[in-house]
Amino acid sequence: MTAPPHTPARKPVLPLGWLGLFPFALFALLFLILPTMNIVTGAFQTADGTPTLQNIANLFQPSILSAYWISIRISFATALLGCLIGFGIAAAVTLGNLPGWLRGPVMTFSGVASNFAGVPLSFAFIATLGRVGLVTVLLREWFGLNLYSLGFNLLSFWGLTLVYLFFQIPLMVLIVTPALDGLRREWREASDILGATGGQYWRMVALPILTPTLLGTFALLFANSFGAVATAYALTGSSLSIVPIVLFAQIRGDVLQDPHLGYALAFGMIVVTGIANGLYVWLRAKTERWTV
Amino acid sequence: MKPKAWSWLVFLLGFAYFALPLIGTLEFSLRKRRGEYSLDAYVWVFEDTQFRETFGYSVVMALLTIVFGMLLVVPTAYWVRLRYPRLRPVVEFITLLPLVIPPIVIVFGYIRLYNTSSFLPMTGTTFGTNLLLMFGYVTLSLPYMYRAVDTGLRTIDVRTLTEAAQSLGAGWVTIIGRIILPNVLIAVMSGAFVTFAIVIGEFVLAALLNRPAFGPYMQLIGANRAYEPAALAVIAFTITWFCIGLMQVASRMTPQSRAKRS
Repeated sequence: MTAPPHTPARKPVLPLGWLGLFPFALFALLFLILPTMNIVTGAFQTADGTPTLQNIANLFQPSILSAYWISIRISFATALLGCLIGFGIAAAVTLGNLPGWLRGPVMTFSGVASNFAGVPLSFAFIATLGRVGLVTVLLREWFGLNLYSLGFNLLSFWGLTLVYLFFQIPLMVLIVTPALDGLRREWREASDILGATGGQYWRMVALPILTPTLLGTFALLFANSFGAVATAYALTGSSLSIVPIVLFAQIRGDVLQDPHLGYALAFGMIVVTGIANGLYVWLRAKTERWTV
Repeated sequence: MKPKAWSWLVFLLGFAYFALPLIGTLEFSLRKRRGEYSLDAYVWVFEDTQFRETFGYSVVMALLTIVFGMLLVVPTAYWVRLRYPRLRPVVEFITLLPLVIPPIVIVFGYIRLYNTSSFLPMTGTTFGTNLLLMFGYVTLSLPYMYRAVDTGLRTIDVRTLTEAAQSLGAGWVTIIGRIILPNVLIAVMSGAFVTFAIVIGEFVLAALLNRPAFGPYMQLIGANRAYEPAALAVIAFTITWFCIGLMQVASRMTPQSRAKRS
């Protein structure tokens, strides 16, 4: 990253240079930082404003804990599978000698699909794997295989995981393809000359270099699925209690026993996604040494 | 070298996973008339006045978001590059925050902070709530918008252009509006298309602020109709595809922008 060259020429004379940043600072303060601070401080206050830890303590009730637990499990599963499958696809495109023209469409499609989350995505899966969806019907008619009598359900842990992967995998492909491109041909050649097998090259050269990127992307995918509301809500209504859905119901006023529990729920979400993204930034910084 | 067998296998499995839901949706959306394929579901959707109203609302919102986002981000990114390069990491960090803080938390904060009894009672009026929703969308699009504009600015010599314009007597508005903006316009466009794709189907903010946008409408139809949701999904996917496609064309046209992005 190059800063603009500092020429000794005269700078524009304007004593109030900071005014140029004022609109942005004001906007970020009003619509990003203050609202978030409001939630964080609210999590540690009672209704009349006295400091308390009771809201946080209230998170440790079985129904809330199980919501966090299922959210964390879904995010973990979709992040892990997203990383593995996304890595496989990116490797196939970059290293598998597939025809070169495939690469452009794969990247473009990844850009589209990683943005295709939300309500329409859930419709797509209902139309495909719902009780009268295309794949469900075809499997029944052609192979006599009834998915739903085999215990499959779109509105379940694995169903939701399958749906989330539709935007998780492409995100992984988008991030990891440049990293795979960064593996220098010389490294492979050097290890070949020294008599390493393909497995040894991957285990001892390529993977150690890629590990920070992989772990970092894992963290990003984790946060990405942890904060997703619309897909799950349109798919399951409120029947699957993951944290964003519980919070959504709290804000909507469907569950009104304790307004400050909402603050604590939201605070918990910031903590989880904050940790995940912090890991991402940290690991990302560690890899840049290698890829630059 | 010949393609390796495993790479075809992985590719085809991936292809099946991504193609099947799209084919399934398309097929399902044509099934409304019993026994034959028809466009009835699409006809129903396009004839629904609520569709037209909510879709129109979201399009207007998206355009306003893009305009306001441009007015906010272009001068800021320019000013940071010109005068405060040391502040760049800070500004960049702030613009990335919307990826860290889930949108549902941000809008929860809005509802608590700008309710009718607060210092800025924006949710008290329809206009105020619309404005708040638009600001919310600008916030969600900040990571993409700022990144796109900053990438565009990297390819031009901001300092020389500014000094040349100043020595010809241009003021700040002229410099930003007639020198800087046209130079980064293509980069701005690529940010704008992503913003459009995000805003058009957005659900959480619009639902929780109770605005009649396209996202909540789709959710409502999903809960009440059988074949129309699939038609809506096809429409939404087409729009996303179109926007991202345009974005990629725009970013490919940005000179040298590929050099340092990854």
